[in-house]
Amino acid sequence: MPTSIPKQELMMSGHAACAGCGAVLAMRYVLKALGEKTVVSVPASCWAVIPGNYPAEVLKVPMVYTPFAATGASISGIREGLDIEGKEDYNVVGFAGDGGTADIGLQALSAAMERGHNVFYIMYDNEAYMNTGIQRSGSTPFGAWTTTTPIGKDRTFKKEKKKVVADIMMAQGVPYVATASVAFPEDLIRKVKNAKEIKGPKFIQILSPCPPGWYHNSEDTIKVSRLAVETRVFPLYEYMNGKFNLYKTNKFVPVEEYLKIQGRFAHLKEDEIKEIQNFVNERWEILLKKEGN
Amino acid sequence: MKAQNVTREIMTGNEAVATGVKLARVKFISAYPITPQTAIVEKLAEMVANNKINAKFIEVESEHSAMASTMTSEMTGIRSFTASSSHGVLYMHEMLHWVAGSRLPVLMAVVNRAIGPPWNIWADQTDSITQRDTGWMQVYCESNQEAMDSILLGYKVAENKNVMLPIMSMQDAFTLSHTSEPVIIRDESDAYDYIGDLNLPFSIDLKNPLGYGSLMPPDGPFMELKKDMRDSMYRAIEVVKEETKKFNEKFNADFPGLIENFMMEDADYALITMGSMSSTGKYTVRKLREKGMKVGLIRILFYRPFPAEEILKSIKGLKGLGVLDRSITFGQRGAVYEDVVTSLYNKTDIPIKNYVIGLGGRDIRVKDYEKMYEGLMEGEDSMEWINVGGK
Amino acid sequence: MVMTPTAYYPTTNIKTSSWRTSKPVIDYSKCTRCMICWKFCPDVAIDINENPDYEAPADRIKKMEAPFIDYDHCKGCGICANECPFDAIEMVREGEDK
Repeated sequence: MPTSIPKQELMMSGHAACAGCGAVLAMRYVLKALGEKTVVSVPASCWAVIPGNYPAEVLKVPMVYTPFAATGASISGIREGLDIEGKEDYNVVGFAGDGGTADIGLQALSAAMERGHNVFYIMYDNEAYMNTGIQRSGSTPFGAWTTTTPIGKDRTFKKEKKKVVADIMMAQGVPYVATASVAFPEDLIRKVKNAKEIKGPKFIQILSPCPPGWYHNSEDTIKVSRLAVETRVFPLYEYMNGKFNLYKTNKFVPVEEYLKIQGRFAHLKEDEIKEIQNFVNERWEILLKKEGN
Repeated sequence: MKAQNVTREIMTGNEAVATGVKLARVKFISAYPITPQTAIVEKLAEMVANNKINAKFIEVESEHSAMASTMTSEMTGIRSFTASSSHGVLYMHEMLHWVAGSRLPVLMAVVNRAIGPPWNIWADQTDSITQRDTGWMQVYCESNQEAMDSILLGYKVAENKNVMLPIMSMQDAFTLSHTSEPVIIRDESDAYDYIGDLNLPFSIDLKNPLGYGSLMPPDGPFMELKKDMRDSMYRAIEVVKEETKKFNEKFNADFPGLIENFMMEDADYALITMGSMSSTGKYTVRKLREKGMKVGLIRILFYRPFPAEEILKSIKGLKGLGVLDRSITFGQRGAVYEDVVTSLYNKTDIPIKNYVIGLGGRDIRVKDYEKMYEGLMEGEDSMEWINVGGK
Repeated sequence: MVMTPTAYYPTTNIKTSSWRTSKPVIDYSKCTRCMICWKFCPDVAIDINENPDYEAPADRIKKMEAPFIDYDHCKGCGICANECPFDAIEMVREGEDK
């Protein structure tokens, strides 16, 4: 039976990611879509340690490691340098976590997108600073436990809503913006390939579940990532050439189905879950309006 | 002898740097504006727009990104350049370490400007002095000619296979950057002949897909990598000497090299200086010599690698030595003083004084130099702040 | 020549098999060769055998390329077993092989 996604593997086995890691799936799929003429830039993040200890390398393409805030600038330099050498057909990809994108890397990302370099910026979103041990980031959703938003005696789990970087990218007018989930690799790969057709900056945010950080069983990574889409907690959309397309689910799945299999939400009370359902519904309405429905 | 296309023009230090960048056939420029470096960037943008230089110019959103993008562009094998000053240099501090550790021969022009608070845009070397531990080589210019020549020479030294470390070239704020002097513009084809193209042995290559800067545990060659950086930096001393000779032959120039000895042959007392303040020093030396005082001046050009042996040779026969620091650091003494004293440790009995001078662009005058030379005759080794508090 | 922090030693040389406490076992008599397990493996520890000689639920499936587990690199996350629509993969505790 032909496989539904390209067979070529540009990521190898033997890496040091946790069992069931969503971030490696994200990289595996992105590279399948881009092919071997690719250069990847990775800031301080899980991905900086996933290849393991020096001299191990896990990708079959060059990989540049940079300090935390530098991804947007790093891919700008790689792109211009390669173009000067006539290598305009090489793909240049910044592959950063949510911490390195929504927080410390936001400035460089926004500027790189504004300057219009022909680069991909992939944000693998595991919704916290996972590499340093599960601290909250701007991308951590409302209600989540993290080590810096512990429950404590005053129930101080994260009270702020998730800052969705893809929305910011659309507001900035980046020519290609999409959200994706590792549970739908065919869609993810199609999106990367669509983006490749555009000569300019492209941003894709990929929800990448993290078994230790989200406190779910390693075998549930795909299930969690699928439920995030089905419950509309993480809507999938594609913004291309000024047109916004929201993927609509055809059945209503209550947010509880998504929350109950993750230990990071185990402390939530019924009214808090209702609050989350309301947030999800509100955002869904906003996105529907954006599409013009 | 082949006819050389050499012109002599009046230009500011910033223009001289931009012209040097053009002569060095830089192909990628990434910069963020900060007074008083802005004119370098503006001049380069203009040159790119008018096809006077074949380079790509991008204006980034911060100095951290300026250094990050310059670094990764260099990694693809393209000679790359950036410029900054003061707080901009501080903002990119993390990246300076990363570039040096990556062994990339990037060149950055730094216009030496004071660090706040309070805001101060005038000449002061604290910005680059506080980067002396990053693994970057450092050369301090006294004239706009040196500002231009240091770009060509700088890349040549940095790109040497046994060095492979980045280099920053300093010129004082406004005194050099915005002051016009006559500058000899080297012949373009001679410059290309001298510098050639960048040949980076480990550039980004799909056929050899490396990881650049991955995670290294304690038993990995971390210490070996750092030691190699240091060894390479001090190998650069011989490289600077060789390249200075070749540069001066090629261009009929007189770039001094690691240090410049001014009237040192029979001097009893000498001051060690760096940067444009040296000119006032030399003027004072001539003036005091007329009065019969046997004084001299040692000007350090290359501060990193530190030219210990050259200074040791220069101080032979001195009765007293003073070191000027146009920067504020908080060690036992000033930064340049500490390096001088460490190099001369156990090798001399001469009393060595430390003078702190000219911070925040405070004028360094002939009478300040006179006071400093007189101070050396007292024969002690204290630290004195010159022209502070109305004294 | 100078030392640089650049390297290339493929991670396939590193066996991550000791990480796991359970391993997936494919029951080829149920495996329809849909490749969903291969698709979702985060460790690239499921390879494609283009000329398999395994059991199959039907004759026409026998010749199709089949997934097989690379036990040198499987970390036992269990995604393949959890996602298999045909219950053809079972997670067996290490040391408790039948």
